[in-house]
Amino acid sequence: MATSSYGRLIKDGLWSNNQALVALLGLCPLLAVTNTAVNGLGLGIATLVVITLSNATVSLIRNWVRPEVRLPVFVLVIASFVTAVELSMNAWFYELYKILGIFIPLIVTNCAIIGRAEAFASKNSLGRSLVDGLAMGVGFTLALTFLGAMREIIGLGTLFSQADLMFGEIASGLTISLGEDFKGMLLAILPPGAFIGLGFMIALKNIIDKRLTRSRKAETVTSAEPEPAAG
Amino acid sequence: MIKHPVTLAGVVLFLFAVAGVGLVALVHQQTEARIIANERQALLNQLNALVPAHSIDNDIVGDVTTVRAPDRLGGKETQVHLGRKAGEPVAAVFTTIVPDGYSGPIKLLVAVRTNGSLGGVRVISHKETPGLGDKVEERKSDWIHSFDNKSLDNPLSAKWKVKKDGGVFDQFTGATVTPRSIVLAVKNTLIYFRDQGESLFQPRFNNREPEDGN
Repeated sequence: MATSSYGRLIKDGLWSNNQALVALLGLCPLLAVTNTAVNGLGLGIATLVVITLSNATVSLIRNWVRPEVRLPVFVLVIASFVTAVELSMNAWFYELYKILGIFIPLIVTNCAIIGRAEAFASKNSLGRSLVDGLAMGVGFTLALTFLGAMREIIGLGTLFSQADLMFGEIASGLTISLGEDFKGMLLAILPPGAFIGLGFMIALKNIIDKRLTRSRKAETVTSAEPEPAAG
Repeated sequence: MIKHPVTLAGVVLFLFAVAGVGLVALVHQQTEARIIANERQALLNQLNALVPAHSIDNDIVGDVTTVRAPDRLGGKETQVHLGRKAGEPVAAVFTTIVPDGYSGPIKLLVAVRTNGSLGGVRVISHKETPGLGDKVEERKSDWIHSFDNKSLDNPLSAKWKVKKDGGVFDQFTGATVTPRSIVLAVKNTLIYFRDQGESLFQPRFNNREPEDGN
């Protein structure tokens, strides 16, 4: 792991060790804000910025922070960045900030961030930590946006509504509606919808993974016996 | 010898605390003016939707008076934004609170023109059920516009109810509590304005004697 390539790091972040779908970290924001795709994307990007900055900083200071105060220092670093991001969003993306509201400060409690700081950035070089932070952040953002999109389509019958809050007026054309008559399935945008949706996403990922391993096996034409599924 | 690493650790921690606070202070300083401007602009947009900008010439965001009428207006204290043109009252915008929403209080802006008719009502914040009670939001349905231009005479007082209770205002399928309580709160605001509206625009209304305060 310590010597894995950048490509490997990116693959880990986006897929094999996706913080939301595999590590199941940061579920509080994941479940709470993903009632629309744009909300998911907004919180995802905020998390991406914080995890990248914190990974970079933690990596830079890794050699002279004593182990006794390691965790408090990481928490301080993360909390400072989160507050900075919160203020910046309030200043430049005010409408989106009003919607995401309390979930921005809660990025501090996203275990994925301190998890990466402790497990990766504190042991790796700046470049590798940056790539790891970016990959993990993008992976988390994609999971959030996908779950948000799924819930929005099922629950509200729209996709990317309010995109203009994030990208300006031009993006209001992005909004896709499935038709005025579609009332939506309320369950999807309520909290249970988040749990069910996440469950389906994890299941889908596992199915894809299994297909991939199987086809790889078939290609290499080794033993015909499929690998037993791991839990 | 044992103490040394601990002290060092303490110093490191302290330095990081200083750096963290420094960063936050810097960002705060950079964004403060913009954030205040944003909040002001957002409020102004909301107020202008109810009291058109061309109908007033004063600073409606800053021209605020505070009243205490928990029975009529919901909150312990209620901010009222006053719109004037050439010094003459045009409309008052109440930040009415609906105390009995389906899940918690609902914050409204209720604009009342000097003739007692409604400039409009908007829901500022609420915790109603998504998909049911949240149709009171302007962007979810146009129900909130059913208040436009209504007054205590139109409809008559007995009809200031949802249809289910024999009034004129629609309720939503699956959500009666939310519209019912909002209709009542808007009616109460209108009653307050009928009784107290004049005094709101008095210049000295704000400067109460200290014993008035709680």
